[in-house]
Amino acid sequence: MPATAPGGVGQLRGEEPFPAAARRALADAQLRRNLGHATATIRAKSGAVIAEVPDWEQLRAAGSAIKADVLARLPELLEQLEARVTAAGGVVHWAADANEANRIVTDLVRATGSDRVIKVKSMATQEIGLNEALEAAGIIPVETDLAELIVQLGDDRPSHILVPAIHRNRAEIREIFLRAMPGVDRALTDEPADLAAAARRFLRQTFLSTSVAVSGANFAVAETGTLAVVESEGNGRMCLTLPETLITVMGVEKVVPTWRDLEVFLQLLPRASTGERMNPYTSMWTGVTPGDGPQAFHLVLLDNGRSAVLADGVGRQALHCIRCSACLNVCPVYERTGGHAYGSVYPGPIGAVLSPQLTGVADNASLPYASSLCGACYDACPVKINIPELLVHLRDQVPHPRGESVAMAAAAYTMDHPALFAAAQRAARLSRLAGRRGRGLPPPLSGWTAGRDLPEPPVETFREWWAKR
Amino acid sequence: MVGEAVSSRDLILGRLRAAIADGTDPVRVPRDYRREGTADLDLLVERLTDYRARVHRVPETAVADTVAGILPASATVVVPPGLSAAWLPPTVTALRDDGLDNARIAAADGVVTAAAVAVVETGTVVLDGSPDQGRRVLSLLPDLHICVVRAAQVVAGVPAALGRLSPHRPLTWISGPSATSDIELNRVEGVHGPRTLHVVLLS
Repeated sequence: MPATAPGGVGQLRGEEPFPAAARRALADAQLRRNLGHATATIRAKSGAVIAEVPDWEQLRAAGSAIKADVLARLPELLEQLEARVTAAGGVVHWAADANEANRIVTDLVRATGSDRVIKVKSMATQEIGLNEALEAAGIIPVETDLAELIVQLGDDRPSHILVPAIHRNRAEIREIFLRAMPGVDRALTDEPADLAAAARRFLRQTFLSTSVAVSGANFAVAETGTLAVVESEGNGRMCLTLPETLITVMGVEKVVPTWRDLEVFLQLLPRASTGERMNPYTSMWTGVTPGDGPQAFHLVLLDNGRSAVLADGVGRQALHCIRCSACLNVCPVYERTGGHAYGSVYPGPIGAVLSPQLTGVADNASLPYASSLCGACYDACPVKINIPELLVHLRDQVPHPRGESVAMAAAAYTMDHPALFAAAQRAARLSRLAGRRGRGLPPPLSGWTAGRDLPEPPVETFREWWAKR
Repeated sequence: MVGEAVSSRDLILGRLRAAIADGTDPVRVPRDYRREGTADLDLLVERLTDYRARVHRVPETAVADTVAGILPASATVVVPPGLSAAWLPPTVTALRDDGLDNARIAAADGVVTAAAVAVVETGTVVLDGSPDQGRRVLSLLPDLHICVVRAAQVVAGVPAALGRLSPHRPLTWISGPSATSDIELNRVEGVHGPRTLHVVLLS
């Protein structure tokens, strides 16, 4: 039986439903300014570099097909990947859920004798709450991505897949550094170059003195056993190169069949995500290379609900996701609420379909509604995930309150019976006289109209107008 | 512990097999995107420069002079074991890597390497750990990287680059200096990798 991600561990469930969290976010003017600026900037950059590529649509079609092929034969590809990684000197571990993955990583770190790990930003380790598990075991995880560092020092949560501190502006970041970065120069300005230099100074010694690193993976090639990490700052290269032991945690869907398939994704990912022709650094490694880089390599293959997503013939396309975050940047809902409102490490449109599937829809029942169904996310997705179709599909599975089904059944019956329908229309017109215009339906139906506009009943219905002709 | 690991493997593979047991159609991947193109050196220079790499187009005989122009006299540079000695000027002190420790590499003023491939469309150079490129750490810790690229190593796009590279070597794809866009999406050069990248293009 497919199993969903366990509750009580990791970061896939929010503490409150989306509408409540979103209402609070909407009231934060600073947050909306930061988000509006950031999403507009990234949309413009991405649009410009995508326009340079004459075969963008062909690349999207190929990317989508490769992912569909991966899902159609995932077990055999994972077995092939395991064999190749093992042959190249790596060790492969299988984690059925977040608890098991955290236990595997913690045991591996303990075995090295180190009480500290350096981390390159990874959605999978955020998903399973690895930092919390390591801390509980007395191991210090140090996030080395600048944005993750801002989040970690600010005792905050990430709000965007690609730029986790997108909700903070430079003045706020300076305040966080002055408050929480040990040894920071008190004369620090809020110039981005100055802030980046402070992070460089702060992390350099940690990079050089830590013997274990934890990473995620953007791609793993079944045919060759090659892992790839795409990044910008060089913190990834530091983590993947300097330590003696490297532990990579990867969702099972990240496997691609062949070396050649990377030619598609290495073109799609940077342009769709950061709006660059290529990200500054991409590292690729196959097992262990004697004399170069970590001499112990562990790959943890993570299910944590992915098999349940795969079991849904419509829903499984969410596993195509390459975590580019293009859908966030074009989403009118995300742009106004920010990522925290989604309650999961996967925010925005992809989060609204991925999180409920990983946890089971009942645990994230408000997320399939966290969308206007405008379809901008589908157009932006470099691997053509039909997010609106998925949202509607998942809304069908959300448990609905009994009152709503009774009301819908009554409406359906009324619409099936012309005399009743005409009477209902006349009755609706009475609301004009009752003075409820613009105020929605009366209780207990007011819950329905709290988030929806109710069309004002006309003075004369079409049937009445027609009868007079 | 071993028994547990084996059972999770079987559990996950069993779940995944069950999830697709209803049968999925074989998928044909359309490959009608561009896989070839011209290795336009002018465009490579433009793209590298756009990402704030500094580009020098010189004949091979002028590499040492170019390096001398970039690095101050008496600078210390790290070099991989197989780098051509003719590329290094007498004005700099070269530390040839025979297992140098990280502190010495980090303290150097720069590093000079060759490359395996350069990609025109994306403004990328790729190192593959060959003797003239060395261990990955060499091009990571020093603050300045001089990368020498031969015209014959230049390809048009990503598909051609992957076709020339071996997945069995550790690969580092470099597009401009280290950069972050995490602060209000302003691109800032130099976070943890080299803050300055010079590409010496031989032609």
